[in-house]
This record gives sequence, C-alpha cells and structure tokens, in this order.
Amino acid sequence: MMVKEITIISGKGGCGKTTIAASFMALAKNLVIVDADVDAADVHLLMQPQIKSKEIFNGLNVAKKNDELCINCGKCYENCRYGAFDPDNTLHPEKCEGCAVCEMVCPVNAIQMVKRNAGEAYISDTRFGPMVHAKLHAGEEASGKLVALVRQNAKNVAKETGKDLIIIDGPPGIGCTVIASLTGVNLVLVVIEPSLSGIHDSMRAIKVARHFNIPVLVCINKYDINEENTKNILKFCDDEGIEVVGKIAYDDTATKAMMDEKTVVEYSDGPMSQAIKEIWQQIEKVLI
Amino acid sequence: MKLKKITIASGKGGTGKTTIAVNLAMSIDNAMLIDCDVEGPNSHIFFKEPMIKLKDVSIPAPVFDLDICTLCEKCADFCQYNAISILGEKLLFFEELCHGCGGCKIICPVNAITEKDHHIGIIEKGGNKKLAIYHGLLNIGEPFGVPIIRELKGFADDSKTTIFDSPPGTACPAVEAIRDSDYCILVTEPTPFGLHDLTLSVDVVREIGTPFGVVINRDGIGDDRVEKYCKEQNIPLLAKIPNDINIARLYSKGIPIVEGMPEYKTMFAGIYKSIMELI
Ligand code: SF4
Ligand code: SF4
Ligand code: SF4
Ligand code: SF4
Repeated sequence: MMVKEITIISGKGGCGKTTIAASFMALAKNLVIVDADVDAADVHLLMQPQIKSKEIFNGLNVAKKNDELCINCGKCYENCRYGAFDPDNTLHPEKCEGCAVCEMVCPVNAIQMVKRNAGEAYISDTRFGPMVHAKLHAGEEASGKLVALVRQNAKNVAKETGKDLIIIDGPPGIGCTVIASLTGVNLVLVVIEPSLSGIHDSMRAIKVARHFNIPVLVCINKYDINEENTKNILKFCDDEGIEVVGKIAYDDTATKAMMDEKTVVEYSDGPMSQAIKEIWQQIEKVLI
Repeated sequence: MKLKKITIASGKGGTGKTTIAVNLAMSIDNAMLIDCDVEGPNSHIFFKEPMIKLKDVSIPAPVFDLDICTLCEKCADFCQYNAISILGEKLLFFEELCHGCGGCKIICPVNAITEKDHHIGIIEKGGNKKLAIYHGLLNIGEPFGVPIIRELKGFADDSKTTIFDSPPGTACPAVEAIRDSDYCILVTEPTPFGLHDLTLSVDVVREIGTPFGVVINRDGIGDDRVEKYCKEQNIPLLAKIPNDINIARLYSKGIPIVEGMPEYKTMFAGIYKSIMELI
C-alpha cells in the first residue's frame, strides 16, 4: 500500500496553519499525525497524546576541551569558523556547530567530540490515531535532523499499523526544518493570510516547495481581513497555475476551540468548520 | 547598565513580534532596526522606502580537483554533515548540506580541495533618515541562515539603540539573534499555544542569560494564563496590547500602529522606559 504524505506550511507563523492542520487530522481516516514544528510544537495541545515510546535525539556532536592537555598552540582558535574559541583558546560550547575541525587540528588530542542530547522524539496515541512528535531542547541546533527523524518514525508507524496517510504540520520559515518537512511528500498545502507579511512569507514558502518539485495547493485563511490582498493572492495563484482549495473567513472559533483544547471541527459545526471540511474534501481528491 | 541592543523574540511565529519591533523602534529616539528573520523578514513591509541591496553573503564551499583526488574517502568520513560521499569511482558533493567548516580541505592528504564562495543570501538596507532598517534574505532552497544573521548583527551602530527582530522558534537562528543583546522582549498571546511557546522561549533566554520581559499581544482573546505564569515566574510584564481589529487591519496593509493610531506611541515608548527602569 502506498502511504501518502501531505505537509501544511505557511512561511509565516500565526496564520492558522496548526488550527487547519489539526482539523484535517481530525477529519482524515486511517492516518498518522505528525508535528514537524519541533522548535515550537503545538499540535499536542489539541491532541492530548498518550506517549507510548520515547527516544533520545542526539544532535550534532559538540567539542569538549581538556585544559590539562592543552598546550595553547592556538590551532583550534585559528581554524574554528564559528567563533566558538576566544583568542586565548577558551571554548564556548554553546557556539559550537559540531564540525569537528578543532578535534582534527589539535596536535595533542586535547579536544574530543562528544554526544549531545539535543531533544526527544515521541510516538504516541491520540483519539484520531497514532501521533509522532518531538521536542528540541532549548537553543539546540540540527532541528532539520530531528524533523527527518520524526518523519522516518512516522513512516515506520504507518507501515506497522497499516495507515495510508501521513499529515505533517510543518514549521515556519523556509530553512532546514521546512526543507526536511517537505522533501519527498506528495503534496504541500500553503496556508496564506492576506496581510502583506503573510503574502510575502507564503510566496517564499511556495517557492521552496516548487524548488523541490512538490505539488502545491493554497488555502486562504482570514480572507476577509483584507479582501483586496485576497484578490491579489487569487490572481497570483491563477497566473502561476496553483489551485486554491478554499477560503476561510476570520472567525474567533479558532481561538475558542484552542482554549478548549480541541480541533475546530470537533468544537463546532459553524462556518469555519464547514469551510475546513470542504477544503479537506478537495485535498483528498487531489491526494488519491 | 547599558541598553543598546534589544531583541524581540517569540517561540511561535505570528504573535506580533515584528509589530512590536517596528513600533518600538519608531517610538524611541536614535534607534535602528535589524530584522534577523532571514527566512521571512517582514519589518520592511512597514516602511514606504524600498530596500536596497548592500551585499552578498556567502560561505566557503569546497571545490574538488578530481584529477588529483585519490578517492581515499577521508573527506567523506570527516564531514559531520554528510555533504560528501564516495560512490564507487565517484565523489559526490551535496552543496546544500555543506556548512563551510573547511575541515575537508585540511584533511585531504593530496590537496585536492580548494574553496570557493557559495552564495546563500543577501543583506539589504532601507528605511529613512530617522530610522534605518537592515534585513537579510536567505536564498530559496538554502537551509542555513545563521551566517547571514551573524553578518547582520555586525551592522548594529553602537551610538544607537538597535532593535533586533528575531526569527521565531527556539533553535539556532533565534539563539543567534538573542545572543549578545542587552535585553530580550518575549512576545506572546494569552492562549494555550501562546503560553506553551512562551515557556520554551523563557528556557532559551534563561540559558543564554539575557534579562527579559514579556509583552502580551492580542490581549482579550484568551484568558489570564500567561499573566499568571509571569507572576509565578517573577517575569516582568512590560505591556499588554489589546486585541483591536483596527490594529489587525493596519497590519494587513503594512501600516505601523504608531502611524495609523498615534495614541499608541506613548505605550511603545513606555515599554522602553520600563526596561530602562528594570535593568
Ligand atoms: S567542532 Fe567546529 S564549531 Fe565546534 S568548536 Fe570545534 S571547530 Fe568550532
Ligand atoms: S588546538 Fe589543542 S593544544 Fe592547541 S590551543 Fe587548541 S586545544 Fe590547546
Ligand atoms: S567544508 Fe565542512 S561541511 Fe563542507 S563539505 Fe567540507 S567538511 Fe563538509
Ligand atoms: S580527501 Fe581528498 S583525495 Fe581523499 S577523497 Fe577527499 S578529495 Fe579525494
């Protein structure tokens, strides 16, 4: 059985991406839920997952210096390109990017690369099925690597439990976490809010998806906060041949459902809920 | 204590970080604005003046002389980011995974590796006489924006108060933006998502050791959970910005609050004043 994967991104945060993604997760059948926003995961607040298994995520290794062996030759300072050493060869591990160059150049083996526990990855159960998520420790790097781990876990869970769909709530931005959350998926849905900044960022998100040759669909959230901008988005998508699968009006149901720790489609059957359901039907048609 | 560099950050995007950064910079004297969100810079949208390119940002990337290369695999074994692999008789280099550390060049026993510049983005400048703004743009498809943030930070002028708009989240780009600032303002919303993401940011700024306070945006949409949390944790609450549809409308059009509703200027200037009193 082919497992289909869809990632929901938006470029900019706060435009309702997680609200919409979580509703899809509640509507879809036979799925694995993925929260790939490992920096600031929020899906679990609506899903209340029961954690079944937990694994430690080791990020990139970090340099550790043994001052007793150090002869202050200055090679580490000269060769570290990330400013992790002061001119007097003092190491600031929090600036280390784990490249291991200092370990290689140190003539007396005073530096060793050691593992660093950078986060945790979880496999859980929810009322909608299995959920795969993670937590990156404060200030850690390599979050793209953690997203890749989460996605691999999701594929494994899908195989083991016979699920045929993976819905991924993606991270904001266009960098390593976003790239890791969308490479190789079947479809990307870009949620756009019609503010100038929302448009600016979502255009960049669309470009990233296209850069990796992934089919893109668009949905406009809070379309009525600026109908002029909404028109521009529709025109842009039309010109670019991007299908717009729906528009959702501004609605405080989103916040109310969040306060109640539920998805919108569970919380109410109002206009927002209806709009999301229609969008999901459209997406399902494209996915099959 | 000096208050030269203030970073505006939030765990989650879309909480109003940029709104606070722009309006704060516009409400204090002798300020400048540096937008460190190189994946999705937004501050410039609130300025009429266009952004003009200042410079390219590149990182060094290896170039392999395949005539000299003996396929010894030393570089591939060394590279911590799996940017090099040897497949049969072929050396493969994945430029987008390379961090430009220079390690492969050092380790190559036959000097088959030299370096060239790999373009990852640009830095632009804009704004006006009163308030200059700098931002960076990461190229589409490039994964790592931190080198651009590092260069951007270098544009801070010591004779001014610099407001940094940080990228969202708690990972490396946000940390790079917050590091070296004198004060950090964490922006959040009074909702479960807002509180959850705030607690993550608090962990980060506490670890970095930067003094910080909280601004609640869209006050009124949720409940008092964020305020309670701040009280329990002894975190100063610097301001509450009401959930006002007019603010949202101005925002969608790219008009700063202090321009569309000048009555808010006192509030933003007040944030700066309370920080001065706190530190
Ligand atoms: S491992 Fe690389 S980044 Fe870390 S301290 Fe050593 S040279 Fe610098
Ligand atoms: S390279 Fe090694 S010996 Fe030289 S200063 Fe660094 S840690 Fe000390
Ligand atoms: S410069 Fe560093 S990151 Fe880039 S390929 Fe060489 S070893 Fe890998
Ligand atoms: S270390 Fe030098 S010789 Fe060895 S595979 Fe790499 S480029 Fe070729």
